[in-house]
Amino acid sequence: MPFLLEPLQYEFMQRGMIAAVLVGIVCAVIGTYVVLRGMAFFGDALAHTILPGLALGYLISGGAREPLFWWALGTAILAALGIGAISKNTEIKEDTAIGIIFAGMFALGIALISTVRSYAVDLSHFLFGDVLSVSVQSLWLILIFGGLVLLFIFAFYKEFMTLSFDPILATTLRLPVGALNNLLLALIAVTVAVSLQTVGVALMVAMLVTPAATAYLLTRRLSRMMVLAAIFASLAGVIGLYLSYYLSIASGAAIVLTATAFFVVAFMWKRVKGI
Amino acid sequence: MYPHTHHQPNKPILDVQHISVRYNGRPALDDITFHLHAGERVAVVGPNGAGKSTLFKVVAGVLPPGTGEVNIFGSRPRGHICIAYIPQRSQVDWNFPVSVADVVMMGRSAKLGPLNWPHRKDWEYVRHALETVELSDLASRQIGQLSGGQQQRMFIARALAQEAELMLMDEPLSGLDTPSQEGLLNLLDTLQNRHVTVMVATHDLDQAARHFDRIMLLNHRMVAFDEPQKVLHTDNLLQAYGGRLKINPEGTMLVDDCCPPE
Repeated sequence: MPFLLEPLQYEFMQRGMIAAVLVGIVCAVIGTYVVLRGMAFFGDALAHTILPGLALGYLISGGAREPLFWWALGTAILAALGIGAISKNTEIKEDTAIGIIFAGMFALGIALISTVRSYAVDLSHFLFGDVLSVSVQSLWLILIFGGLVLLFIFAFYKEFMTLSFDPILATTLRLPVGALNNLLLALIAVTVAVSLQTVGVALMVAMLVTPAATAYLLTRRLSRMMVLAAIFASLAGVIGLYLSYYLSIASGAAIVLTATAFFVVAFMWKRVKGI
Repeated sequence: MYPHTHHQPNKPILDVQHISVRYNGRPALDDITFHLHAGERVAVVGPNGAGKSTLFKVVAGVLPPGTGEVNIFGSRPRGHICIAYIPQRSQVDWNFPVSVADVVMMGRSAKLGPLNWPHRKDWEYVRHALETVELSDLASRQIGQLSGGQQQRMFIARALAQEAELMLMDEPLSGLDTPSQEGLLNLLDTLQNRHVTVMVATHDLDQAARHFDRIMLLNHRMVAFDEPQKVLHTDNLLQAYGGRLKINPEGTMLVDDCCPPE
C-alpha cells in the first residue's frame, strides 16, 4: 500500500505518528473523567493558563524548545491546583472565576511572546502544536509522563470511579477525597503538558473530551469507555496525520477534525438506531 | 484498608448532642439531641426543608456541625466506615457508565484499601448483597435501566456490601409506586433481622406509623421523638407543619407538603 507507506519514509512522520498515538491514548483515558465530571471548561482553561509559563520558558531559554516541556509541566500543575483552590473558595461563581483567570493568563502569555520578533510563528506553534517537529527526546518524555498518568489512573481506578460517581459515598467510606481530587487535577495537568506539542493550547480540550464523549455514546461501562476512547483517539491521530500529509493542512487541526468526525458519526448512528 | 476508627461496643451506635447547623445565616438544624439503639428503625418526618438531609449529612460525617457533637460508638463519625448515606434518586447521575454490580462493589472500596483490586471474598459480598435485595438477575445492567424501586434496592445492596451498621436513607420511598414501596419496606424488615440501624426520611406519616419503631418529627428543631402513637397527634403536627396541616371535621389530618417553602 504505497499510499499508506509513502509518508512513513520520513522520520518526522514516524515520530509524529508515535507522538499522536501516545498523546491520544493518555488524553482519551483521563478525558473519560473530564467528560463524566463535567470538567471540559476546566480542561480548556488549564491549557490556556499555561501559555505565560511557556512564554517565560521560551524567553529565558532563548528560543530553545527542549526545556519547554518542563515549563509547561510546572505551570500546568500550579495552574490546576490554583484553579482547583479558587473554584472552592470564591464568592463569584466557579466558571466566572475560572474564566477571568484563564483569559488573563492567556493574555499575559500573548503579551510576553509578542516581545519576540518571530512572534506570529512562535505563537502559532504554542497555540496549535506541531507534532511533526517532535524530537526523539520529546517522545521519551511523552512516553514516561504519559505512562505515569495511565499508571495512576489504573492504580486508583476504584477510587476515582467511586469519587466521580458519588462523592458523598467516597466521604463516608473515608477515602482521601481532597487528595484524590488534587491528584486528578495534577494528572490532567501532566496530560496537558505532554500533549502540548501535538495539538497545542487552543485545541487541547478537543483531545480531552471528543474521543471520550464518542465512547460515552457507545458504551455504558467505565472500563470499556476508556478503551474505546483510547482507540478512537489513536485512530484520529494516525488518520489525522495522513490527512495532514496529503491535504497539506495543519497536523493538530487534522487530528482534531478526525476525532470530531468520529463523534458526529457515532452521534448520527445512535440517532438512526433510535436510542 | 483505608484507616478507620474502631468501635467502643458499650457506647450507643449514634449519640447526637446539641448539634446546630446554619446555612447562610439561617438555622437548618437547631439544638438537636437524641440517641439511637442498635437495630432500631426510625422514620424522620417533617416538611420540605426541615433539615432532614442536613441531619443525615452531619450524622454521616459529610458535613461538620456548627456546634454540638455526633458520636458513633463513642467517637466522631469522620473516622467510621460503618455509616451508609443513601442519596435521593434525583441526586444521582443515572447515565454514569457503571453496572449495578459496579455500584455495589464501590461499597467495598474502604475495606479493600488503596491499590487493591476486588478479591473473591469481595465478589461474594456483592453477590450476597444483590441476592438479599433480589437484584441478582440485573447485576450487569447499566444503572439507568433500573426502575425507581430497583435503584433504591441497589443502594441498599451497596450499603450491605459496605457492611454498614447505620443506614441513612434520604426519601427512599418518594416517587415509587405502591408495590415498590412495599418491597422496600419488606427489605427494612430484613435489615432489622441483621441488626442494622436505619433512619429513613419520609413524607408518608401513615407508613412512618406502621413500619417504624420511633418517629422523629423535625422542623429545624426536634419537635418530638418517640413511638409513633405518642408522636402523631395534632399539637406536634401543628408545630412541625404549621399552616400546611389541615384537619377536617371527621378528625383526619392532611399535610399539604407538595412544595418546598421559599
